[in-house]
Amino acid sequence: MAANSMPLEFHSAMPAASVAGYDVEKVRRDFPILQQQVHGRPLVYLDNAATSQKPRAVIEAISRYYERGNANIHRGVHYLSEHATSEHEAARRTVQQFLNAGDKREIIFVRSATEGINLVAQTYGRAHVKAGDEVLITAMEHHSNIVPWQILCDEKRAHLRVLPINERGELRLDELPKLLTPKTKMFAFTHVSNALGTINPVKQMIEIAHARGVPVIIDGAQAAPHLKIDVQELDVDFYAFSGHKAYGPTGIGVLYGKRDLLEAMPPYQGGGDMIRSVTFEKTLYNDLPYKFEAGTPDIAGAIGLGAALNYIERLGLENIAAHEHDLLVYGTEALSAIPGVRIIGTAAQKAAVISFVIEGIHPHDIGTILDREGIAVRTGHHCAQPVMQFFRVPATARASFALYNTRREINVLAEGIEKVKEVFA
Amino acid sequence: MSDLRELYQDVILEHSKAPRNYRELASANHKAEGYNPLCGDHFTIYLTLDGDKIQDVSFQGSGCAISKASASMMTQSVKGKSKEEAEKIFERFHKLVTGEGNGDREELGKLAVFAGVSEFPVRVKCATLAWHTLQAALEGKQENVTTE
Repeated sequence: MAANSMPLEFHSAMPAASVAGYDVEKVRRDFPILQQQVHGRPLVYLDNAATSQKPRAVIEAISRYYERGNANIHRGVHYLSEHATSEHEAARRTVQQFLNAGDKREIIFVRSATEGINLVAQTYGRAHVKAGDEVLITAMEHHSNIVPWQILCDEKRAHLRVLPINERGELRLDELPKLLTPKTKMFAFTHVSNALGTINPVKQMIEIAHARGVPVIIDGAQAAPHLKIDVQELDVDFYAFSGHKAYGPTGIGVLYGKRDLLEAMPPYQGGGDMIRSVTFEKTLYNDLPYKFEAGTPDIAGAIGLGAALNYIERLGLENIAAHEHDLLVYGTEALSAIPGVRIIGTAAQKAAVISFVIEGIHPHDIGTILDREGIAVRTGHHCAQPVMQFFRVPATARASFALYNTRREINVLAEGIEKVKEVFA
Repeated sequence: MSDLRELYQDVILEHSKAPRNYRELASANHKAEGYNPLCGDHFTIYLTLDGDKIQDVSFQGSGCAISKASASMMTQSVKGKSKEEAEKIFERFHKLVTGEGNGDREELGKLAVFAGVSEFPVRVKCATLAWHTLQAALEGKQENVTTE
């Protein structure tokens, strides 16, 4: 995690400067949508934790597939079907390399990180969680890593346990040993908090869980576009992420699972592609990963995701992390300097997410006024209502940065916040 | 800034900062809760109904400037009115904030300051949350109201 080791210094003396060797203006030209104006102002897109914009390489890969390569996969003997199959599998290999998974069969294409988590809850979870057992999550989870486990626990009459956080928005790891009991059948937690930006010490958490024989699933939706992920080095059992937050299209996501776990799991959905043979008496399931990929998949989505991950690799995750960390430091200083602004989530290890509130002004009003300045931020509870309850705020405004954001845009945000205060003065 | 000023009129800002009838109503015989999951706005409306007449009305809760000012000004406008009259005002108010008609502005009186909301479609829910909740309280519904 290169982002963690960057020195925390304020670069306000030279606001145009950025990370050496990273040409953000050149990067911006790869994203057609960023060239437009909103409400007569240049678009300042700071809602990347909700979804990221797409580089031309991704848009063109999808167009090219539909214009020249479209066919169903795994069934035709004709040229286009073979071509589509090989493109789809090439995307799987790209994902495998991106996560450094040991085996391409461990990469399952799903709709989203949410579906990846639901898949594990409904297959591994239903097979292993019994009445009286426990599933451990954390207090900073997105609803997508709370509700699937609640559904499972309700069905099995099992108990959902929650690892608490502290005032900075960091996990209370001191509480972890006593929450991991012989009854714990799964530990599900996020790599990076979407509402607070906290980067969790996932390797350490996995070690603690494994020492007690508890398997781990990580929600990597916020981590994949920003941090180097090595599933073998982490020794994580399951890892889910979404394509659309990582510069790929919506509708495609990835679930990584260790091969022996996936082999032993029952299938998720039934249908075509996931079977080897079907009679009315018995169905033989297909091999991994197809056992978990029922029905015609989002072929264009997988190809688009492959293009997105290749794009990230070309820029280099270390460079991206360094650039975004520079934005985090610069943005934190800029917003902290504004009287009345309070940043929610001040963990020592943070991704480039700044959640904030302004004294006496509701986040929804902040969002509307910033929007008129061309600035897109998210306002609300960020699908993390328990986090909002912990910090005793109904909602926050959230600026989340991506590889194409600039210090100049943070200056525009800071000016926008001054305008918000002006309206409410 | 101009359409922002249209939205955040001084009267609206003033009501959001110092909402009227902002208290629990001891004499209330009707009550409803309204919730907007999108932004976390949450209000409770208290009503003292005497037959068909809104004897007294108050609210409590938290929300954005638009939703809070709307709740505050709503309590002022429906106090002393009949159920039917209150429904009628809401109907006009709804048309105003959704931009479906401005003909009733005069009859809406002070509530006409919410006309600017029609330029901000995502904020219509904020302006109408208290009204939907009032409706639920008038109908004596027990379940919570959401604007989703």
